[in-house]
Amino acid sequence: MLIKKPDDIKSSEITPKKVYLNRRTFMRGAALLASTAATGFLYREFNAPPQPRVEGAKLAEVVKPEAKDAAASGFTVNEELTPFEDITSYNNFYEFTTDKRDVAGVSRNFITRPWTVAVEGLVNKPKIYDLDDLLKIAPLEERIYRLRCVEGWSMVIPWVGFSLNKLLSDVEPTSRARFVQFETLLDPKRMPEQQGGSLDWPYVEGLRLDEAMHPLTILASGLYGEELPPQDGAPIRLVVPWKYGFKSIKSIVKIRLVRDQPDTTWNNYASNEYGFYSNVNPTVDHPRWSQARETRIGEYGKRDTLMFNGYTEQVGQLYTGMDLRVNF
Amino acid sequence: MKEIKFYKIVVFINSLVPLALMSWDWYQGKLGANPVEFLTRTTGMLTLVFLLISLAVTPLRKITSVQWLIQLRRMLGLYAFFYGFLHLLTYIWFDRTFNIKSTIADIYARPFIAVGMFSFFLLVPLAITSTKGWIKRLGGKRWARLHKLVYVAAAGGVIHFWMLVKSDTRLPIRFAFVLALLLGSRIVIKQLKQKTPTRTLIPPA
Repeated sequence: MLIKKPDDIKSSEITPKKVYLNRRTFMRGAALLASTAATGFLYREFNAPPQPRVEGAKLAEVVKPEAKDAAASGFTVNEELTPFEDITSYNNFYEFTTDKRDVAGVSRNFITRPWTVAVEGLVNKPKIYDLDDLLKIAPLEERIYRLRCVEGWSMVIPWVGFSLNKLLSDVEPTSRARFVQFETLLDPKRMPEQQGGSLDWPYVEGLRLDEAMHPLTILASGLYGEELPPQDGAPIRLVVPWKYGFKSIKSIVKIRLVRDQPDTTWNNYASNEYGFYSNVNPTVDHPRWSQARETRIGEYGKRDTLMFNGYTEQVGQLYTGMDLRVNF
Repeated sequence: MKEIKFYKIVVFINSLVPLALMSWDWYQGKLGANPVEFLTRTTGMLTLVFLLISLAVTPLRKITSVQWLIQLRRMLGLYAFFYGFLHLLTYIWFDRTFNIKSTIADIYARPFIAVGMFSFFLLVPLAITSTKGWIKRLGGKRWARLHKLVYVAAAGGVIHFWMLVKSDTRLPIRFAFVLALLLGSRIVIKQLKQKTPTRTLIPPA
């Protein structure tokens, strides 16, 4: 005899095939969307969009150079300025991070007051300057310079500052002084990459005294008429426009006049790649890449790199008789 | 639709996400101050990432015994090739402006370019022979031997990256570490297999 057992599940409770398939499609759609969003999020984590612009304090009384002698002296250059956004979002400042796009974000809260700069060594009048006093040594001028990075890119930047020779004459170098050494702040709490990182800290740089005395060499405290933002070397930095960018040391706390050629950070790191002079020179290649051409930020193509970054007329005579292949 | 087909779609779409976001940012002018450098660096990084993910498939499958993972490997490998091609393209387009002569000169001048180029060209035969037809034509064993070239290409890619950084080697070291882990796991898995034979011979009574 066949006894018909009632089904455990009432037929009305069985999910119809169509609904089941719809539900599966829905789940799959959700899984696809969620995974895509997660991947997108991960990509954004590694490639953060640029930081919004921080408005800097306007610098009062910036003197514009006289047009006619400015061009001849190299104090200004008739080329399109690199936008403020690019100058402040693409920086090499290894004390904060080695990712050029992230320096602005990491250095955002870097406090630069109070700040002192010690000028010492072979000088008659050594002095520790408070930043505000230092900035009163000479009128602040606008200097529009090309900047050529050793990596192969360049900008045109309207700095605000004054010639370093104004400060040097204030302290009176002795006759024994032949070189100037510069030192960046050492403070691993405020400059996180100094807790490890790939270079020896503090960052040090140097110039020959005649290079330091050249009117094109400036101490800059601003750009585009505003106070220098942290990522560009606040509160005070060196700018030597005919040398690769890393010579223009940032956030300076010490300037020392010395007898012998001083140590410099990148030269210490790899002396075959980064010379003491590091003048911009399209005919002497970096061992790992060519220096003949450069990418001007804002342009897609490449342009020829100029000898001494285009400042031969002003600084060429500093190097007469020198073999620039040896003293690169 | 079969499960595996769905998984393939998920991987396919997800792998396109970086390209989509990069293109969107480019279109919006939001690649930053140096778009060319950004595109070159990011496509290069993606090439290494996809190489490592595709190399992770086999150890992962052996450890977890999730067999269908192997069916995703070809696509991941082809994405590595695809991003590698974009990487090469940004270089030849923007850095060399499609000038073959200057490209060749540059390979001589910059060893890291030579290493990168060599690694990419190792991937070309692998991409070509990635189809079922080619597996049949070559025979499984020969095909597998040929595709061991991917180890050399991945190592070359990591070295290429290591050679070009200025001083901060942390990122290339991380890539090298993961690669070493993936290659090392193959040796370990092989040795474990030899120690525990699957079939034991029963001695005659």
